Amino acid sequence: MALLTCTNLCLGYDGNEIVHDLNFCVSAGDYLCIVGENGSGKSTLMKTILGLLPPMSGSVVTGDGLKQNEIGYLPQQTAIQKDFPASVREIVYSGFQGKNGLRPFYSARQKQIAAENIRKIGIEALTNRCYRELSGGQQQRVLLARALCATEKMLLLDEPAAGLDPKVTAELYRIIDDLNQRYGITVIMISHDIDAAMRYATHILHIGKQVFFGSKQEFENSETGSRFISLTGGDA
Amino acid sequence: METLISRLTASFGMINAWYAMIVGVLIALIAALLGVTLVLKRFSYIGDGLSHVAFGALTVSAVLQMLFHFQLPDDMIIVLPITVIAAILLLRTGQNTKIKGDAAVAMISVGALAIGYLLMNIFKPKSSNVSGDVCSTLFGSVSILTLELKDVIVCGVLTLIILTVFILFYNKIFSITFDEDFAKATGTNAAAYNLLLSVIIAVIIVMAMDLVGSLLISALVIFPALSAMRVCKSFKSVTVCAGITSVCCAFSGMLLAIVAGTPVGSTIVAVDLVVFIIFTLIGIIKKGAKA
Ligand SMILES: Nc1ncnc2c1ncn2[C@@H]1O[C@H](COP(=O)(O)OP(=O)(O)OP(=O)(O)O)[C@@H](O)[C@H]1O
Ligand SMILES: [Mg+2]
Repeated sequence: MALLTCTNLCLGYDGNEIVHDLNFCVSAGDYLCIVGENGSGKSTLMKTILGLLPPMSGSVVTGDGLKQNEIGYLPQQTAIQKDFPASVREIVYSGFQGKNGLRPFYSARQKQIAAENIRKIGIEALTNRCYRELSGGQQQRVLLARALCATEKMLLLDEPAAGLDPKVTAELYRIIDDLNQRYGITVIMISHDIDAAMRYATHILHIGKQVFFGSKQEFENSETGSRFISLTGGDA
Repeated sequence: METLISRLTASFGMINAWYAMIVGVLIALIAALLGVTLVLKRFSYIGDGLSHVAFGALTVSAVLQMLFHFQLPDDMIIVLPITVIAAILLLRTGQNTKIKGDAAVAMISVGALAIGYLLMNIFKPKSSNVSGDVCSTLFGSVSILTLELKDVIVCGVLTLIILTVFILFYNKIFSITFDEDFAKATGTNAAAYNLLLSVIIAVIIVMAMDLVGSLLISALVIFPALSAMRVCKSFKSVTVCAGITSVCCAFSGMLLAIVAGTPVGSTIVAVDLVVFIIFTLIGIIKKGAKA
């Protein structure tokens, strides 16, 4: 049984279909990269997997002991306002909120896990800082630590490197790879960075006019894949 | 000096001045606590909007009573539920809301005011005069200096309930205010907490509107939160700081009003404004010191 199985999935808003008949599955330990043009429905797929948007038809099923609300999530653009006063610690803790039900406060154990996650991501020095005063790259890492608190199994990342410089981007990809390799966390990442996708991913899902799902090797050898790679300059 | 002190002692000889102090401070406290969330959710003007709704509801209640010849023991039976529903509709955010925050508040506020005024003019209920009612929704129908023990007790009990709920749900309120989508995706029942928040807010506003008027309640929601946000860096410190600031401003504003004989509501707003300016300056200086 796979962690996540999508069968005959059709996605869209208000009756307008954007993605038709999508089939793929993700097993524990996989690193899936979702690629495709702007507007092809990648973020829509992510919202559907998270249960924020109902599918038009088809199903998203979680298995292997994964519940839908145990998926950590890093949004593409957060609606978080520029002037929101919140410390890094408060934000990271809020990753646990969904698990707490009616319990009003965070437990000592959760605070300890949060501290571990902060260490894994390497933002110990920022713990007491104010979120709105951090750089874009630092903010992404804080949100990644929060996502880690929400899950032990699966992370969903929507263009985590958007707007970051090459050095910070490489660092972020390294952290994500580390989480996947060392801590066994399954990663689903949306990315326009085909180089990074080909370097780190085990599986590729391409959505758009042509839909492709398979392992990295299969993607490289497929027609969709070779065209996409040459188009986006994957020669590095 | 002599006369000032004697005026103060004379006022505090009156039990009513004490009642006013207690009620004013309690409302200032809870309005400021929820104000932080409201300002951050872009609902700063909800106090004003909901009080217009309450005014509209009041006219509907008056017209109904006139048309069908009955007498309600208390207009609140109609006003409170309508205001609560309006608050729920306003704060029910998410994917399906096509009209957002500020525009929704403005729409409901202006709409309710217009309907209320229209109904007043068409049916002309004998009991009320239109301009009088508009004025009393702005500045409070009960003057804060003529409160009775009953009002103080009701206000005290409500404050206690709201404070308890606020503390118990504090972390959830933070989560849904900071990032509602993330909260929903990871299993927080954002809709339920939004509903809870709306009900609390509507109750506070209806209660405060009657006591201190919508002008003051809007100020109590907005100013302490904005002041605290100038100098504090975490949600918790902003919340605590807003609460303390609000209580201090309400207290000193009322003292000033009694001493100087100025209107209570506008004096408190003036004090809040001065504190906001001071906090803004402190914020600028702090930033400058760091750079
Ligand atoms: N809330 C919405 N309501 C209606 N249509 C939407 C909504 N959000 C997105 N769309 C439409 O759905 C399509 C897919 O959008 P989506 O955000 O999933 O694209 P994407 O693949 O993530 O693109 P990008 O690479 O730019 O992030 C677009 O055509 C967009 O116009
Ligand atoms: Mg997207």
